[in-house]
Amino acid sequence: MNIIISNSSDKPIYKQVKEQIKNEIITNRLKPGDQLPSIRALAKDLGISVITTKNAYIDLEREGYIETIPAKGTYVSNKNIELIKEDQFKKIERLIETSISIAKICGITKEDINSIFNILWEDNNE
Amino acid sequence: MSEILSVKNLSKKYDLFELKNINLSIPRGVIVGFIGENGAGKTTTIKSILNMINVDTGDIKVFGNDYKEKEKDIKEKIGVVLDNSFFSEQLTPSDINKIMKFLYKEWDEKLFIQYLNDFKLPIEKMIKEYSSGMLMKLKITVALSHHPELLILDEPTSGLDPIARSEILDIFLDFIQNENHSIFVSSHITSDLETVADYIVFINKGEIILSEEKDKLLDDYGIVRCTEDEFIKIEKDDYIKYRKNKFDYELLIADRNNFKTKYDVKVIDKPTLDEIMLIYIKGVK
Repeated sequence: MNIIISNSSDKPIYKQVKEQIKNEIITNRLKPGDQLPSIRALAKDLGISVITTKNAYIDLEREGYIETIPAKGTYVSNKNIELIKEDQFKKIERLIETSISIAKICGITKEDINSIFNILWEDNNE
Repeated sequence: MSEILSVKNLSKKYDLFELKNINLSIPRGVIVGFIGENGAGKTTTIKSILNMINVDTGDIKVFGNDYKEKEKDIKEKIGVVLDNSFFSEQLTPSDINKIMKFLYKEWDEKLFIQYLNDFKLPIEKMIKEYSSGMLMKLKITVALSHHPELLILDEPTSGLDPIARSEILDIFLDFIQNENHSIFVSSHITSDLETVADYIVFINKGEIILSEEKDKLLDDYGIVRCTEDEFIKIEKDDYIKYRKNKFDYELLIADRNNFKTKYDVKVIDKPTLDEIMLIYIKGVK
């Protein structure tokens, strides 16, 4: 697992931790059932405070990405793959919307966009 | 059980200085940073908590116990690092080990030696030959080697280089891996506490003027920098204090997201603990 924290960023540290763990889960580098480090161990390894780490875990748990089993540990959630997918769909929609509005400003047609999409999709498969 | 240290209405009056009605509550499992300028009352507060000075009024409970009844039990479970007091310079860690064995029931010789090895502190070298970074690590090692639950440290990082400071912060994070442990640490080097502390208690002129979760201070509080024209439009309730500088106004605000939606000012910065401290002390309302 990679977590990179920027102290100069305006983004709260708990958010940076949360988003990066989320990313590890969505991109499947952390898989359902995988155990996460304990709050205290992660705080130590990142050199940040316990409450900061706890706040990141609380958010991830609320959003369904992780589950804590008392006295056992914290794990990547099994149940909510659908929820995670929905999240990704929303993200894709937003990015496509941005692409469409850029295209409309420049007068690029739907067909052009489709062909760009097809080419990129194939490239990515190779 | 969840409160490791509680201080209620602590007061102590000296000729030129006074601790005024100090209240503190430290839960288990956290690091509390105690900040304030030199002479603000940090050391006096710490010495009161350790029952090293007689207070005028106040109720101090450590591990839920009172010093009057359980002084020995309390002291057995506190690890202390004070600024100026330590063993004679002629002693070696090996001598200290022999002394501490008599002082603490729970003194753990093996653990002490293991820490010495971990921190690369030579056991047969006299303390006077130690560098200031090594000496501080030795003090902390001594404080940790009788299995304390509460660690109280006065200025452990002052005068140390960045490497030694970072090593000491690692020791702190290691110590609270056990969620029953807590650390109360004073410092005027606030950047050290910015990273590892869970709560910040800020003392000024013998009074605690701020006691807050650190993340709230760094993530919600803000420093607004603006012109006089912008400043006069800002309502008094929307800032904590302000400072008039030669070229701008600096305002400390408690909620920078709210402020952003209400006012159109260009610069709203994430604060550092130093800046918060500075505007609190130097600013006016």
